[in-house]
Amino acid sequence: MSSRSALPSTPVAPATVLAAAVRSGERTALDVLEEHLARISDHEVDVHAFNLVLEDRARESAAAVDARVAAGGDPGPLAGVPVALKDNLCTRGVATTCSSRILEGWEPPYDATVVQRLAAAGAVVVGKTNLDEFAMGSSTEHSATGPTRNPHDLDRVPGGSSGGSAAAVAAGFAPVALGSDTGGSIRQPAALCGVVGVKPTYGLVSRLGLVAFASSLDQVGPFAATVADAALVCEVVGGHDPGDSTSLPQDFPRVLAHLDDGVEGMRIGLVTEMLGEGIAVDVAARVRAAAEALTAAGAEVEEVSIPAVTYGLSAYYLVAPAEASSNLARYDGVRYGRRVDAPTAGEMMVATRTAGFGDEVKRRIVLGTYALSAGYYDAFYGKALRVRTLIREEFDAAYERLDALISPASPTTAFAFGDKTADPVQMYLNDVCTIPSNLAGHPALSVPFGVGDDGLPVGVQVMAPALGEVAAFRVAAVLESVAPSAGAPS
Amino acid sequence: MSDRPERISAEEVDAVARLAMLALTEDQVERFAHQLADVLDHAADIEALDLDGVEPMARPVRVVNVLRPDEPGPALDRDEVLGQAPAAEDGQFRVPPVLGGAP
Repeated sequence: MSSRSALPSTPVAPATVLAAAVRSGERTALDVLEEHLARISDHEVDVHAFNLVLEDRARESAAAVDARVAAGGDPGPLAGVPVALKDNLCTRGVATTCSSRILEGWEPPYDATVVQRLAAAGAVVVGKTNLDEFAMGSSTEHSATGPTRNPHDLDRVPGGSSGGSAAAVAAGFAPVALGSDTGGSIRQPAALCGVVGVKPTYGLVSRLGLVAFASSLDQVGPFAATVADAALVCEVVGGHDPGDSTSLPQDFPRVLAHLDDGVEGMRIGLVTEMLGEGIAVDVAARVRAAAEALTAAGAEVEEVSIPAVTYGLSAYYLVAPAEASSNLARYDGVRYGRRVDAPTAGEMMVATRTAGFGDEVKRRIVLGTYALSAGYYDAFYGKALRVRTLIREEFDAAYERLDALISPASPTTAFAFGDKTADPVQMYLNDVCTIPSNLAGHPALSVPFGVGDDGLPVGVQVMAPALGEVAAFRVAAVLESVAPSAGAPS
Repeated sequence: MSDRPERISAEEVDAVARLAMLALTEDQVERFAHQLADVLDHAADIEALDLDGVEPMARPVRVVNVLRPDEPGPALDRDEVLGQAPAAEDGQFRVPPVLGGAP
């Protein structure tokens, strides 16, 4: 591990501390922003977390926050907190590329609901972060703007698809960031970059203005250096949105109020199927150490078998591409983004899509179209939807006795560039522990818990039943308090 | 790669890509056929499951018809929307001829 090239460690204040300082007038939002912009200016060239850094707009937002404080107002719970946004979240008048050539030059005509809510809470957007094209990938290598590097080891991937957001928080470019998670795209990069990442219950956070990948699985959530910061961002961006027909008619659960509750008396399951074959021995050992820590904190921990989760990967790689093939039909060179001219509309659409999409996106569109085609629909897509029911039913049965489940968030620590790009199945196996929660619609998060044999971060996944965010955050807060090392680069 | 027939042929990949309005290169067609065959091989585990009587789950949230009050409200600005299109004319999106070649 001495040969690793990591970013120098700099202590970065959590969002909760920064917002309190800005609200009280102890620090200005502009001062907080400049501190983070300086770090971006020093290290972004090595990391490539961002597709776009918004220095000028961020300075205007920060100045507006300071003006409100000076006038005696309260800018809100994220006053002056720099945030990074995954570049598949719409920002009005600001390029939103999904790291795809096909959206080159597009500036959305509206802000995503989560972006509006961050701004209303006083947050300052510092930039749009890199991702695997249209959020399809587990390493951020499938990006038209080039890969993001892991701040803990610049020769390794940050995970994906929200690799830019995870790296931005790990590098101290912003204390918090938003990502999206369709099969693990928040939790897996959070694990590989040593930060906290949360995928809320499906329907708790608005998808309006999140560029759609697989609509029945996609969910927006935060990255943060601390569990409390992640909880704060969840409460700010979550809750009902009339503009999203799948939005649940309720507020985000009050997780902040329960962070100090501990786990005394909680019943927690260690998922057998997520500790054996395919899981690195050192990662599994960290998860067992987490189980021991929870036991020591007063929880009852037992192993539990949930056999259906072993079918999650197969079901996901039929359901998600099927939905993607439909969602990505909209990129036809007519309404937004790039167009490649041709004599007829049909030829123009083929030329535009062929030039605009990268290989992984094309692969998934073909797979999804195939899975939905006559003759294969029942064998593949129809079967996969029934597996979703099976997984949810087995989870629900476990949650009759248990309050939460734990597992690895990722089967390994961060891997090297190029390791898995030639073999899609190997790449897809990165999501084997995270996919079941998406298929079920349940909340799950990743919290750092020490390092593997290579000295790189390991994330423990905490899963809970639908709307069980309070239980997941209580477990995460305890694990954070006893974790062997902090999330900052070593 | 074994001697047994692949689960998806190069011809099928090419045909499906055309349905999805993608023109793949010969190299892509060959590569995708092998890679997608691997994915479908992996999916053989669920193909083999007997799931009769298990309801399909298309989404985690029960979908009900969500209606908003029928009141006029702010909408996207038409010029701003059309300004993002590759081509627009007379307040509409402009596309090449749908049938035949250029006039």
